[in-house]
Amino acid sequence: MVHWSAEEKQLITSVWAKVNVEECGAEALARLLLVYPWTQRFFSDFGNLSSPTAIIGNPKVRAHGKKVLTSFGEAIKNLDNLKGTYSKLSELHCDKLHVDPENFRLLGDILVIVLVSHLGRDFTPVCQSAWQKLVGVVAHALAHKYH
Amino acid sequence: MLTAEDKKLIQQIWGKLGGAEEEVGADALNRMFHAYPPTKTYFPHFDLSPGSDQIRGHGKKVVAALTTAIKNMDNLSQALSELSNLHAYNLRVDPPCFSLQFLSQCLQVSLATRLGKDYSPEVHSAVDKFMSAVASVLAEKYR
Repeated sequence: MVHWSAEEKQLITSVWAKVNVEECGAEALARLLLVYPWTQRFFSDFGNLSSPTAIIGNPKVRAHGKKVLTSFGEAIKNLDNLKGTYSKLSELHCDKLHVDPENFRLLGDILVIVLVSHLGRDFTPVCQSAWQKLVGVVAHALAHKYH
Repeated sequence: MLTAEDKKLIQQIWGKLGGAEEEVGADALNRMFHAYPPTKTYFPHFDLSPGSDQIRGHGKKVVAALTTAIKNMDNLSQALSELSNLHAYNLRVDPPCFSLQFLSQCLQVSLATRLGKDYSPEVHSAVDKFMSAVASVLAEKYR
């Protein structure tokens, strides 16, 4: 089980309180598809992903980004039981979606950068440290049920 | 590979730092040591407290190397040849594909704190590709 210090929990929740889940989710997913274009392979039914403008404006990307980040919010409410929280999603990503868990790490790093671009210097090194730990642990939980 | 557009975006974004490059270097290293403690194992001889002279000095070196790389994006292999030798034979940092991922992430975070929305998805993509190219060159001589 992952240990979270009181400070880490505080840094995570205080940043999360400032997050517009719909905006940041959409942006994070769009950036994933742009920065690591091979990830588009999982979204072949999303329609037009042919250019940065198309990706950023794509309504399915926006909607799915919101879904992904909403699920992240659940993780933040359940920091002491991430494996349990993500158990079903992990099975889904393995058995139905066939996503290489490396992609969870990529999305985590991208999410950190999206948060930073909104929060600026408030995203201190200590803050980044807590968030990199969080995205790493979420990625691990999502990969946990892979077989 | 880096497109002409990528190269232009990188040069523009580096230009926007207006003298803050050294600060960015020190900030990136500081963040890396915080978020990825194993990276500290390569600096047992450093004072790693935030704001230390050694971190500032090393940050300045890293940024100078990146600035050289940015001026020579059409020939990274040659421009970074000395550094490539150094990392492979002397420093033997765990192949840059790993460590530079951490430095790349922290450098990008450092840039994004200063540039905010200017750190657009297109810029993000270009910088990520560039750092990946730099990592490849630094790893060329490893074996």
